[in-house]
Amino acid sequence: MTATTARTTTVEVRLPSRLGFEKVAMSTAASVAKLMGFREERIDDLKTAVAEACINAIEHGNRLNEKLSVGVTLSAGTDALEVKVMDDGKGMKTQPAKPDIDRKMHGEEDPRGMGMFLIQALVDEAEWVVGANGKGSYVRLVIRLDKEEA
Amino acid sequence: MQTDTKSRIDQTTSQSGQPVTVLRFEGDISSASKDAVIGSYQSLSKTTVKTLLLDFTKVEYINSSGIALVIQLLMEAANSGQKVLAFGLSAHFQKVFTMVGITKYAGLFPDQAAALATI
Repeated sequence: MTATTARTTTVEVRLPSRLGFEKVAMSTAASVAKLMGFREERIDDLKTAVAEACINAIEHGNRLNEKLSVGVTLSAGTDALEVKVMDDGKGMKTQPAKPDIDRKMHGEEDPRGMGMFLIQALVDEAEWVVGANGKGSYVRLVIRLDKEEA
Repeated sequence: MQTDTKSRIDQTTSQSGQPVTVLRFEGDISSASKDAVIGSYQSLSKTTVKTLLLDFTKVEYINSSGIALVIQLLMEAANSGQKVLAFGLSAHFQKVFTMVGITKYAGLFPDQAAALATI
């Protein structure tokens, strides 16, 4: 589904809460970013960030409940792409911590749990928003076109 | 829906004549890849395999759950006194592996020849 306003073109995708479908959102985001003129390197960053946001929504937000879907909205502006990934969970109240590889290697920290860190490290803005009434939470990502791209 | 990960084990020799085991992956590396990553690694002899190369040349997608499996493999290898090197990652995944600190425990190389030259 697409919608266009004067300055923004919006593409929406709904995913089933099943692991693997994050790749649909990833491919869609990559296509939109390519149309906007992003460099391949930034498209790769975006793909990983979007995939991780969708995995979090599928696994933690919707708890793999296939009756629930994950909404992905891509809003392409003149100089930036905003991505919102929405689920029916309670949202993330903590900010992502940098993974400590030494603690992971010594079994003192779960080897998993790097998704939020990667999202924050790979895009220009990342914000986790807790939905009202404990539902409808989302993560909002923004990736900006470099001056030479724009 | 998650793509299967294929793995294959090869034996080779470094330029200095040391036996080297190569674990080659193909497909996606995600939470569904435990058998391909950990299972394949655990099928190797901890007494005879001293140096292990991880070949990511045919891997296009790795997510954080897949990276966690690689860390688990590195942890088991470190506990067994094995040296692990990796090659064939795209520039993007080299960056991601560096960001999460994997390079502290596994050297990254562009290809097999470059990795073998350091052993």
